Amino acid sequence: MQTVTLAALLLLLSSLAFQMGRKRAFAVASGHPGTLHSLPGYYGWWVALWCGLPAFAILAVWLMFEPSLIRALVIADLPEAMRQLPAERIDVIINEVRNAAQGHATANPDFAAAAEHYNRLQQTGFAAAVAVTVTLALAGATFAYRRVHAELRARPRVERIINVFLVASSTVAIFTTVGIVLSLLFEAMRFFHMVDFVDFLFGLSWSPQMSTRSDQVGSTGAFGMVPLLTGTMLISAISMVVALPLGLFSAIYMSEYAQPRIRAIAKPALEILAGIPTVVFGFFAVVTVAPVIRSIGGAFGLNVAAESALAAGFVMGITLIPLISSLSDDVITAVPQSLREGAFGLGATRSETIVQVVLPAALPGIVGGVLLAVSRAIGETMIVVMAAGLSAKLTANPLEAVTTVTVQIVTLLVGDTEFDSPKTLAAFALGLMLFAITLGLNVIALHIVQKYREKYD
Amino acid sequence: MNQFIPRGTSKISARGLNVHYGDKQALHDIDLDIPAGEVTALIGPSGCGKSTFLRCINRMNDMVDGAKVTGSLTLDGSDVYDRQLDVVQLRARVGMVFQKPNPFPKSIYDNVAYGPRIHGLARDQAELDEIVMNSLEKAGLLAEVESRLSESGTSLSGGQQQRLCIARAIAVAPEVILMDEPCSALDPIATAKVEELIDELRDNYTIVIVTHSMQQAARVSQRTAFFHLGKLIEVGGTEEIFTNPREPLTQGYITGRFG
Repeated sequence: MQTVTLAALLLLLSSLAFQMGRKRAFAVASGHPGTLHSLPGYYGWWVALWCGLPAFAILAVWLMFEPSLIRALVIADLPEAMRQLPAERIDVIINEVRNAAQGHATANPDFAAAAEHYNRLQQTGFAAAVAVTVTLALAGATFAYRRVHAELRARPRVERIINVFLVASSTVAIFTTVGIVLSLLFEAMRFFHMVDFVDFLFGLSWSPQMSTRSDQVGSTGAFGMVPLLTGTMLISAISMVVALPLGLFSAIYMSEYAQPRIRAIAKPALEILAGIPTVVFGFFAVVTVAPVIRSIGGAFGLNVAAESALAAGFVMGITLIPLISSLSDDVITAVPQSLREGAFGLGATRSETIVQVVLPAALPGIVGGVLLAVSRAIGETMIVVMAAGLSAKLTANPLEAVTTVTVQIVTLLVGDTEFDSPKTLAAFALGLMLFAITLGLNVIALHIVQKYREKYD
Repeated sequence: MNQFIPRGTSKISARGLNVHYGDKQALHDIDLDIPAGEVTALIGPSGCGKSTFLRCINRMNDMVDGAKVTGSLTLDGSDVYDRQLDVVQLRARVGMVFQKPNPFPKSIYDNVAYGPRIHGLARDQAELDEIVMNSLEKAGLLAEVESRLSESGTSLSGGQQQRLCIARAIAVAPEVILMDEPCSALDPIATAKVEELIDELRDNYTIVIVTHSMQQAARVSQRTAFFHLGKLIEVGGTEEIFTNPREPLTQGYITGRFG
């Protein structure tokens, strides 16, 4: 709370600095803003940035190091006996002290003293932070304010800072991705020290249950991802069989046949489908679709599992309809009208034009969209967790329960986990594989879409 | 395809033709005869309705929302807007070349073969080959593309693309070819080639061309019709229109006083 107030104060100072910088620019120009190098607003921004940036930078550094600094000081002040305790115990003590500092009663007088110390340190620290940042803000503003003159190249400077800011923002996103990939990679490497990479990639059996103690009787675990991969493929294939024709046909209708009035209603209605949370689709699959499939299958004398690949794949296919239809709609609409006119001018009917001219022209874009949908299907988790089942069976029968890579990752990581057993680490290896597959698909999809774009520009 | 066309008989004639786009009237009471075997140029400032008139002839306006055509427009004496008339057959008789070259993203061969295929004009592959070669020859493109018929039509240069589109239109063996500013996207050399082609084609086809360039109208056409604000102002022999126009509006336009 205090920090928020301080940040607000700094913002207020910066906005004042902006006003003053701007006024100063007018004053320097003595009524002729045309003599300035940049527009007066840029001088305002320049002063404001000088006021705000260093102060906020210091504030950020302070916020980063404050907890560990205070912690170290509090520990240093604890009675000798406590300081000798192992690290985990000290963590517990520090937590206790923090609770006490927030006003919770504590029985131990040592803790009470430490809590008081803790509070004192925090207050001092905050006061110091306020003093340093506000001084820095004022100093920065004054420095910049004094330097405002007509030849000052304020605009390029401000724009350079904005540029740095934009670069920094995109770097954060990139580094996050890199960080995620690296963490996946390192955990997966630990896994591959315990389980052979080739066995993992080509093994036909998946049963990650292991005996936790050496004297227990139990399996040693089997980590062959092939059954998971086939399950994923089976469900993705079923979903695409559902989503591809429905999505594509609705896109063709929307873009080529629908009256503008119908399109205005139908297109948003279709997109509502995309807004339904997948968990809702999950129980739709379990509660409605699976029993229906089961009873239909029963009528034909087929034995359908309660959780079947068909139910999960079917419902997942429905979730993908809006994605395929809106991407296809976009590329079909992007086919130049002149091509349609060319075909009509030769006496082609509407359906001939669509099948022979429009769809071939839109095909690369549609393929790109479909590949994106496939990578969504492979990565989809919630529906399959609820509707596909857990048994890692190597089967191509859509009426049986299968499991997918994502389902296994969830089950491996839910509950009590220890991060040194292959059972848990397997989740990271699976995640890495999943990432590799979807990344590959996305790269191919983007490549195809891009190639298509170059054609009509 | 060397059908004999009696010169001077009227191939297309409009009587009291009105076109509305929604509330806006684009053409007012047009009476215009287009003779067979000649090139008729439609000129006039932007928005004067010359393209609208052109697109009435093969009913391309049908696809525009809110377009309404009244009055009569006949091709060889039969009403183009007859409810019984099949638009597909009409467009097989009346081909069109557009402002911007619009080859399909298919091979050069398939571009030309497209029309014959959808109309079932060839009995076998050999006959289709012959139609394609013939059309490319007539469009003056054969020599340039003979060795690469399987390459994409979009890989050609702009002028070649436009001649490919003309070949594509010819392949259906139309009686009339409509050209909507066919050279406005081309450079002068490509334009000259297309104009030369138009001149050759007029022996076998009735050609109606919309153009912004008065030099072009003077070069390629035998008759010229001048449109202004949705009205047909004057029509006559091209030489007469350009040397001795009756109407002051025409005079003003061709001398560049407005437009």
